Amino acid sequence: MISVSLPSQLQSYSAGASRVEAAGATVDLVLRDLDRRFPGLRFRIVDEQDRIRRHMRIFIGREAVADIARPLGEADEVLIFGALSGG
Amino acid sequence: MAPIRLLIGTRKGAWIFRDDGARDNWSIEGPIHLGQIISHLVVDRRTGGTMLMAAAAGHLGPTIFRSADDGKTWVEARRPPAFDKVADPAAARAVDHTFWLECGHRDEPGVWWAGTSPPGLFVSEDDGITWESVAGFNDNPMYRKWAPPGEGTPDGPLLNEVVIDPRDKNHMYLATSTAGVFESHDRARSWAPLNKGVEANFLPDPYPEYGQDAHYIALAPTMPDRLWQQNHCGIYRLDRPANTWERIGRAMPAEIGDIGFTIVPHPRQADTAWVFPMDGTDVWPRTSPGGKPAVYRTCDAGRSWERQDRGFPPQQAWFTVKRQAFCADEGAPVGLYLGTTGGEVWMSPDEGAQWRNIGAHLPEIYSVVAAPVR
Repeated sequence: MISVSLPSQLQSYSAGASRVEAAGATVDLVLRDLDRRFPGLRFRIVDEQDRIRRHMRIFIGREAVADIARPLGEADEVLIFGALSGG
Repeated sequence: MAPIRLLIGTRKGAWIFRDDGARDNWSIEGPIHLGQIISHLVVDRRTGGTMLMAAAAGHLGPTIFRSADDGKTWVEARRPPAFDKVADPAAARAVDHTFWLECGHRDEPGVWWAGTSPPGLFVSEDDGITWESVAGFNDNPMYRKWAPPGEGTPDGPLLNEVVIDPRDKNHMYLATSTAGVFESHDRARSWAPLNKGVEANFLPDPYPEYGQDAHYIALAPTMPDRLWQQNHCGIYRLDRPANTWERIGRAMPAEIGDIGFTIVPHPRQADTAWVFPMDGTDVWPRTSPGGKPAVYRTCDAGRSWERQDRGFPPQQAWFTVKRQAFCADEGAPVGLYLGTTGGEVWMSPDEGAQWRNIGAHLPEIYSVVAAPVR
């Protein structure tokens, strides 16, 4: 299982949990697994063209992810953040 | 008179004002989804039941929330409006936010329509739970000309309104910020521009077939062949089957002009409508002309206009009232309601003769809908 950190903006989906676990060999599959448990969550991170939304950020460890097709290993940790933006 | 629910969408969440049945005292519920950008909060006019809320957030993508218990609890749509996925990155569109929600024809219970930014038309056949892209507009061969990339309002290019003829579910109108008004006679399968006579003074051809910025359109409820339009370039009226709009804003006082975001028809008197003018001179402040807010009313289909400002601040009040933020109830006399970008809610219990403030200190108001309790 992959450990996933969720920002405050998404914790209404996870009953307040800031860290959850999900299964998947890519970032996309992890997000789809999360969406099955927390319906609606994926579309608020990724648009209908599978692009990461402009004000969301996904990291594998310290590496920023640009494409949700990025493969994952069992030891990887996915960190999702709301970008420093807005007002 | 049935009590009124005033559904208010703001840049930072939604609120519901409820009156005492006499429109005198208002209680305030909210915030609902604090911090989310609520472009439109509406109730099913056919039943008074389902509420839908078009939401986005600074970080998160757009969605639709539904309530079946008068706004007490909200559940997210299973599939919000979204364009079809395509392989060509240059053709890839993504909904930034849903801007307008419209309940379907009374003969089609459970049907809803949505307009989005970038311009897109979506339909739900299951009371707002799942939404489908409407190919007749979104995949129209003319789409790139009707919705050129990069054009638009500060909040993006908009399909900002859907209007359905109450006599015919197949007869629909759209308003867009990129190409003006469109008409369909086949329930959104095909569309044609309907902009003859409407100015677009920001284009080389000031009277193009399409390219206008239709801020708001409305049918006269008791005379659905009559269309009112508040355009970026003036106030217009069109009485079908004619297809050339008449600029009725020419009759407005010259020092006020006929620029604004919205127009509100009287629920029973087809010659009566209200506008809330804004300053469209110079660099386009889009505030009340001279800092003196006022509604203007016509009772003769736009041949003349009268100022209604009693109760508004007499000076130094720089209101802006956006597209969905001015509405009427169906009372006798009609109650009028408007929300400002400064977070104030104003109402008139007597068709605009007197105005009073019933709410303040809200975030920037995007939409106000008056719905009777059933």
